[in-house]
Amino acid sequence: MTNDITAQISPKSKSPLKREKKKINMQKIAPYLFVSPFIIVFLVFSLYPFINSIIMSFQRISGFDETTFIGLENYKRLFADPVFYKALWNVTRYTFWTILILIPLPLLLALVMNNKNTKYKYFFRSIFFIPVLTSTVIVGLVFKFAFSKEPTGVFNSWLSYLNIGPIDWLNNSGTAMFALVIVCVWRWLGVNMIYFLSGLQNIPRELYECAEIDGASKWDKFKSITLPMIKPITTYVLTISILAGFSLFNETYVYWGAQSPDNIGTTFLTYIYKTAFSDGDFGYACTLGVIMFVIVVAINLIQVSVRGLFKED
Amino acid sequence: MMKAKKRVSTLITTLILSVIGFIILIPFWFMLVSSFKESSDIFAQGLNIHIDLSSINFSNYGKLFTNNNGIFLSWFKNSALITIIQTVLVLIFCSMVGYGLAQYRFRGRNFIFMLVLIMLMVPGDILLIPLYKLVTNLGLMDTYAGVILPGIVPPATVFFFRQYAIGIPNDYAEAARIDGAGEFRIFSQIYVPMMKPAFGAMTIMTSMGAWNNFLWPLIVMRSDENLVIPAGLLTAMTPYGNNYDIVFSGSIMSIIPILILFLFNQKSFISGMTVGGVKG
Repeated sequence: MTNDITAQISPKSKSPLKREKKKINMQKIAPYLFVSPFIIVFLVFSLYPFINSIIMSFQRISGFDETTFIGLENYKRLFADPVFYKALWNVTRYTFWTILILIPLPLLLALVMNNKNTKYKYFFRSIFFIPVLTSTVIVGLVFKFAFSKEPTGVFNSWLSYLNIGPIDWLNNSGTAMFALVIVCVWRWLGVNMIYFLSGLQNIPRELYECAEIDGASKWDKFKSITLPMIKPITTYVLTISILAGFSLFNETYVYWGAQSPDNIGTTFLTYIYKTAFSDGDFGYACTLGVIMFVIVVAINLIQVSVRGLFKED
Repeated sequence: MMKAKKRVSTLITTLILSVIGFIILIPFWFMLVSSFKESSDIFAQGLNIHIDLSSINFSNYGKLFTNNNGIFLSWFKNSALITIIQTVLVLIFCSMVGYGLAQYRFRGRNFIFMLVLIMLMVPGDILLIPLYKLVTNLGLMDTYAGVILPGIVPPATVFFFRQYAIGIPNDYAEAARIDGAGEFRIFSQIYVPMMKPAFGAMTIMTSMGAWNNFLWPLIVMRSDENLVIPAGLLTAMTPYGNNYDIVFSGSIMSIIPILILFLFNQKSFISGMTVGGVKG
């Protein structure tokens, strides 16, 4: 924009040669201007805090002004900390269950939605999508009441028809995990369905037509056309599921606050939150963050390199 | 025969989809029904589907707006302003970056895109503590800026815009350059209109995320009147007793704006999501 304004006002730049030169310069600078917001935010709000986080993980901090360098103390403490292992176990289990359900089920729904015979597609798509619009905190409150240990609690009253219960859902490790996974499935089913649907709609029809001529069955087509063609989407969904699983916070915070009985609801983030903001132990909280980073990046790198996201398909 | 079989299978599919849809909507029904009940009823009977038409009352909603000098209205205002400002900034910056990465060849382009991809795989929440320190040092605690700034260029949104923009031919820009248009004008007047579905989809995703954000505003916002809705409603749940009346009516009030936004834009939203898609 600047160059054509100056071209209009200043008579000097009307010389075609100069104008040409200016434009070339502008074309070289422009891309950097366009990506600059990302670079600035990355430097200030990601890279700088990240480096800071690593430094702080080697410190004992009481109030941000009083810091002592303590070397590997925090890391030694972490590897001997049963709560850390409990949190690792909880988020791994949670991620495992959510992926096990939230990959095949939304894919199946997407296949149904992509079928030309299915009726009221737009209506159902919207209904399935509505849960993700709501806050996990607000929905978590509803589920917390539904999982009440009282016989009048929703799930207990349903179970009572089968002469089971009442169950103290949120105070047992297994049922607590169930209560967490249910909210996740309820919330993300529609979103993952939309992702898979976008993948399905980008598959050229001719592929299926060719396969049909060769006499391929429905299963053959799914296995050798659909699955390979939606691989990038599956990798993407897997990546964000791993991220979301290991970053679990809201639901457990609503169910139990920062401290759950026997740590059944403790995740990396609830533990970081508690360590920093209840115990004031910012150094150790940073150590937890660094380890969480290492674990999640390692898992995602393995996952992505095995599945080949960066390969040109 | 074939046709009859097809019709039966369509019917069964519709039936199954309806059942799933019904199950998905149940929690909202609980919320709605409970918001019309006396607090003591919820306490005595828990959540249930039944609603006694004669006992419907709006007193919870009245209480929501008068309780504690109408603090819910401040929470609502905070959530609304944060959502609007953040959404506008995210859309401007991410569309710029996405366009820049897609339409220009320049030194460092692959490196920057790689950074975006890496950040896509890294949980942002690990930076909670250093960000808290940074925001404190910048004097942004308890301010909108403190909540908004760290999240104005989310990598997922950059990635989405880049995927969308890469599908648009470069020829438009070439043609416009020959006509003497500046680089920013090419972006704002030619490419932005063509990326409209992407903007539609990202408006919903971003405002939804901002409206429902919990952990970060919980940390940044210190004073009660500066809380956002989810954090505010959670303060109604105390160890000394739960104010069910406020919780459920407040929950309904928090869902309505985002639901309206979605229902009015759902066609463009879903087509934006499916056309742009994730092409890996």
